Formats: sequence, structure tokens, C-alpha cells
Amino acid sequence: MSATLQNLVNQPYKHGFVTSIESDVAPKGLNADTIWMISTKKKEPEWLLEFRLKSYEAWLKMEEPIWPNVHYPKIDFQAISYYSAPKQKPKLKSMDEVDPELLRTFEKLGVPLHERMALAGVAVDVIFDSVSVATTYKDKLAEVGIIFCSMSEAVLDHPELVQKYLGTVIPSSDNFYAALNSAVFTDGSFCYIPKGVKCPMDLSTYFRINTEESGQFERTLIVAEEGASVSYLEGCTAPAFSSNQLHAAVVELVALDNADIKYSTVQNWYAGDEKGVGGIYNFVTKRGLAKGVNSRISWTQVETGSAITWKYPSCVLLGDNSVGEFYSVAVTNHYQQADTGTKMIHVGKNTRSTIVSKGISAGHSNNSYRGLVKVAPSATGARNYSQCDSMLVGQNSGAHTFPYIQVANNSSQIEHEASTSKIGEDQLFYFAQRGIDAEAAVSMIINGFCKDVFQQLPMEFAVEATALLSFKLEGSVG
Amino acid sequence: MIYPDSKIVLEVRGLCATVNGTEILKGLDLTVRRGEVHAIMGPNGSGKSTFSKILAGHSAYEVTGGSVMFEGQNLFDLAPEERARAGVFLAFQYPIEIPGVINSQFLRLTYNTVQTHRGKEELDPLEFDDYVREKMKLLEMSPDFLERSVNEGFSGGEKKRNEILQMAMLDPRLAILDETDSGLDIDALRIVANGVNQLANKDNAIVLVTHYQRLLNYIVPDYVHVMEAGRIIKTGGKELALELESRGYDWVGVEHKAVAGAVA
Repeated sequence: MSATLQNLVNQPYKHGFVTSIESDVAPKGLNADTIWMISTKKKEPEWLLEFRLKSYEAWLKMEEPIWPNVHYPKIDFQAISYYSAPKQKPKLKSMDEVDPELLRTFEKLGVPLHERMALAGVAVDVIFDSVSVATTYKDKLAEVGIIFCSMSEAVLDHPELVQKYLGTVIPSSDNFYAALNSAVFTDGSFCYIPKGVKCPMDLSTYFRINTEESGQFERTLIVAEEGASVSYLEGCTAPAFSSNQLHAAVVELVALDNADIKYSTVQNWYAGDEKGVGGIYNFVTKRGLAKGVNSRISWTQVETGSAITWKYPSCVLLGDNSVGEFYSVAVTNHYQQADTGTKMIHVGKNTRSTIVSKGISAGHSNNSYRGLVKVAPSATGARNYSQCDSMLVGQNSGAHTFPYIQVANNSSQIEHEASTSKIGEDQLFYFAQRGIDAEAAVSMIINGFCKDVFQQLPMEFAVEATALLSFKLEGSVG
Repeated sequence: MIYPDSKIVLEVRGLCATVNGTEILKGLDLTVRRGEVHAIMGPNGSGKSTFSKILAGHSAYEVTGGSVMFEGQNLFDLAPEERARAGVFLAFQYPIEIPGVINSQFLRLTYNTVQTHRGKEELDPLEFDDYVREKMKLLEMSPDFLERSVNEGFSGGEKKRNEILQMAMLDPRLAILDETDSGLDIDALRIVANGVNQLANKDNAIVLVTHYQRLLNYIVPDYVHVMEAGRIIKTGGKELALELESRGYDWVGVEHKAVAGAVA
């Protein structure tokens, strides 16, 4: 790789700092007592403790998946602390009550939540470590009957809704990490859009890991009732720690008849340093159930962080005429490894799905697309279109595509397109000859490559994603 | 046009350069003043294209000797993008395709970047659209060029027009046109040459690198240089190009050797 390209992709992580908020950390290790402690600390109802213990039992019998195209030392699950809560006053009525230290953290992250988010009309459910500390716009949303709160609050205030849907899209025995999450999840977001309600604003959550060696087990559940619609934004950044951190979130979406859920993610967890030391292990299970007729689940993700990513936001298209979408940009640099993609499970008649995946690999990184399109015998008239494009930056990175297509109904129509390209020295020279430095050139090429996905993001998120990609792949030149 | 006492734009002295260890330029001398049009001709492999890429700062070539002054400053002190901003423009022999990047966005970025470095105002997308459409008329380009990816799927003629469009936008002090006539049919050649002629003025200089005399029927040079084996071995007026067209390049080399022998 040339010196120019090398410099370009070697920009240090800008969000590398640690805030000094005192944490309430559980002792390391996992057993039934730990789960009991989490449940008790969170004052949870009996049924949830049972759900956790059942999940724990299932997890004990499961093996870590080894099929992803990623390599890392074996995780010692007994060396992880499963609960960490910043010491905060339990009830916060406004942002003024939030710890100023915390607010400064958000400033550094470029999330001036109290002002800019308000102006942008975005309600933010802030997750800091594992406990929600502030929720904005809740009252406004409550007026139209929307519930948007932390999972902990939902468990206490709306137990019947949580109990009805939790674990129905992703059963606790679904996979190793989903089982672990189901056993030990500490917090997350809950969102319920009642029948016929179009959510008047984008709902947004910022995730943030703050305590060294504390596992993060977020749990998100979004339910859109008949005819409801919501656009949900999830963004994350994390500070630069040297030891690996496990992140195993579970996100479940349920869309009933004619309901529409759009879920957008910008992920920028710490990716490790340029030698591959440190970084987050991001093992996430995300799945949407398009349960009702004409329902729609749409995933858009911009994955830039984490040392290792293992993530397949999927759609189960159960309702007739339901629609599943997956738009993804995954960027890896240095020694990052990503194995990401989607699953589109067609069950209902005339179900349609679209997959657009853009992978960018730089440095010594490895980026894999893994996707399953499955058409059940019942899915008459199902259609899928998949497009998987890879871009290589430099000589030492890898791009891989693993598409799986399983069709059991001969009336279906499946299309798959794929391409691989490279940012060449000649392209950078051409830009330079027009006065454009390599940073701006790479940014422009990458944004051009990703525009089909960025178009799917809400406006303010698209801007953020563009900036994020720029600082992932650009650096001081020369 | 030759103007008396015109300022020197480019002064090349004893330039030597290698690519992958092979010596390509072996002591090249050239002086170009404002207002002038120079043609550099020569057989394949004489080093013409290498010379133009070295002026633009291509990293594949290593300069091993000599000097190049551009507008009074050492050209080699400047990175490729700084040279472009300072007014060195290279029209590529093979313009590079950049899939996914929309031409209008690329053109605006390059225009605004260069303007900013010259202490001038940037144009917003609407202003730029007006500006670039006006410039495109010069080259008889259809507006749909703006919405396509940079050079992707362009015909040879369209690529060359896109190059001259950028020359028109960036208003360079020194424009080097590397084999701009290659791959052009006669109509496209006329349009491109007409564009270049309209851009030539007393404050800029143009260096045409070409294999054939054909282009020089349209863009009339003040000086014609013959290059062979990495240096300029003969310089004359526009009539030299016609002589080369009828007699080929060999006689120049023979003559050069004879002169060199006589001096020795």
C-alpha cells in the first residue's frame, strides 16, 4: 500500500476519552446469583426473573458460534462484570438534572442533546453505560399514546406489554449471544406505537460504553400496532480502552397489520488501535417480525466501529404482502473484522425484500457479507433483490461475500448482484491534479459508493454518517 | 502568441527522472513564458507523457536531477494538489473513471477548492450550476454530463471534453494537454481545439504534448519541440511540425547527433 493510502486510513479514534463517573459495578462472573442480583437491583417482577433464569439455563447448554469469518481469542465469560450503573439520582425531570460530567461527555461526542436534538425534533433516550439517565419529549409522545422509555421503566410501568412481546421475535434460545443477553440484559429502550399512530418525530437513542470491562447487554423492543409507523435511530460511540469489551445486544421489532418500522443505526464503537489491540466485540442479534399484512420492516445500518462485528439484522416476513429492507454500509480498517449481513425469511404471500450492502475494507481488515434469502413453501409470489458491493482500500484488506439462497416455492423471483472495486492511486492522483487532497478525495469516493444506503437514512443521520466515514477512512496526509 | 518581455511561467533545466529504476528523462531543458503555446512532439517512448506527469507530480516517477521552476518557485516543493491550486493543469491522456461520484459534485469540489486557495469566493450548488453550464457551452456538452459519474462510460471524446471543461473552470496558469487529440474524431477534435483556443490568453501558457501534427492545424503553436530519448533535441516554429509530418522523426535525431558530434 502506498504511503498516501496508509496515512489516510490511519486516523486515530476521535472519541477516545473516559469520563470519571463513579460506577456501581457487579463482581465479575456469571451464575444464577448474578442474575438474581441484576433482577433485584432493578426491582423486576417475578416473570422476568424466570425469563432470565430460563435463558441462562439455555445459554449454559449452548456453544459459541464459530462459523463467522472472524478470529479472536476465546472469551472468558466469567471474567466479565454483568452490571454497571452510573450513580445517579433515580428520577430526572429535565436535562438540567443530568450530571454535568455526563453532559460534557455528550458535548465531546458532538451530541449537544439539550439544544440541537430539540431543534432537530428528535427525542433521545440516553443510555449511559447500562442505565437510562434522561428521556426527552416523553410527554409530547405520551399525548399521542406513544410509549418511549428505557426497558427498565417499561418493565415496571408497562409489564403487560413487555411480557406480551419480549422474546417473541428472538426466543432466548435463538443463539448463544441472544441467550446471554436474555439472561443478563440491564437496560435498553422500549417503544410502543398504538394503533393508527404515526410517530410525529424520529426516536433516537445514543449508546455509550463507559466502564472498562463491563459487558453491555442492551435490550430493545419496538412494537408498532395496526397502521402505526415509527422511525427509530440508534447511534453509538465508545471511548478508547485497551482491553476488549463484549457487547451483545438484542433488538426485537414487531409490526402488525399495515404497520411500518424503520430502524437506522450508526455504529462507532471503539475498533481497537492500528495494531488491532483492544476494541469492542459487537455480537448483536436484531430481528424484525413483519407480522401483519402489508407491514414493513426496514433496517439501515452504518457500521464503522468495533474490533469484531457479528450482526445480521433480519426480517421475518410473515404477513401477506409484507416488505423487508436491509441497507448497510460496513467499514473496516486496521485489524477490524466484520461478518455482517441479513436474513430475509419469506413466509407470507407476495412478500418482498430488498438488500443493499456496501462493504469497505481498508488496512489489514476483513469484511464479510453474509446473507440468507429464504422462501418458504407458503410464500407464493415472493420477490427479493440483493445487491452486494465491496470496495477495497490498499493491498492488505479482504472482502468476502457469502450469499445463501433457499427457495421452496417456484413462483418466487430472486435476484442477486455483486461487485468488487478498489480505490486506486490513479484516482487519487486525478483528484490531486484538480486540487483535491487525498482525504477529500477518499471521502468523495466513499460517499459516492455508499449513497444508495445514505439516501435511506434520516437527513441529520445521513450527515453524521458521512462525517463518521470521513474520519474513519481519512487521516492527516503526508 | 509570443509577447516581448513576458514573464516566465515554467523553466526546466537538466531534468532527469526514472520510473522503476529506468531512466526516462535525461537532461530536459524548456522555457515557457506567459501567452505562449508550445508543442512537444516526438516518437513513442521519447518521454513526452512522462514529462507531463512529472510536472503534475505523479508518484510513480522519481526525479533524479535538474530543476523545475514554476512562476518563480521550485515546483518540487509542492504536493500534486498544491501544484494544481497554484495553476498547473494536466489534461489527462486517459482521464480516470470514478464510479459513484457525480460529475457535478466533483466539478464543484474541484472548482471551490481551487477558488478557496486563490482567496476567491466559493459557489453554492445553484450558482455553480449556472457557472458550469455556461462553460459547457464552450465545449458543446450536453447538461446530462453533470449527472453522470465522473468519466464513467464516457466516450473518448466526452472524456477529453470533460478535461477541457475543467481547464476552463480552473483557469490555470500552465495547461499541459497530454495527447488530447488521441481518440478524437474530427468533429470532437475541432470542438476541443476551439475550446482550448478560446481559453488561451496573454496570462497563461499551454503545452501540447502530441504525437501527430493533426492537432496543430487547430491549435497553432508558437514553438515546436522535438523530444527524443528523454530530452528536447530540436526547437522550431510551427513549420517544424509540418516538416515532421512529411519527413518523420528520424532525420531530427540524425541531425542532432551530427551537431553534437561537431561540437565535441
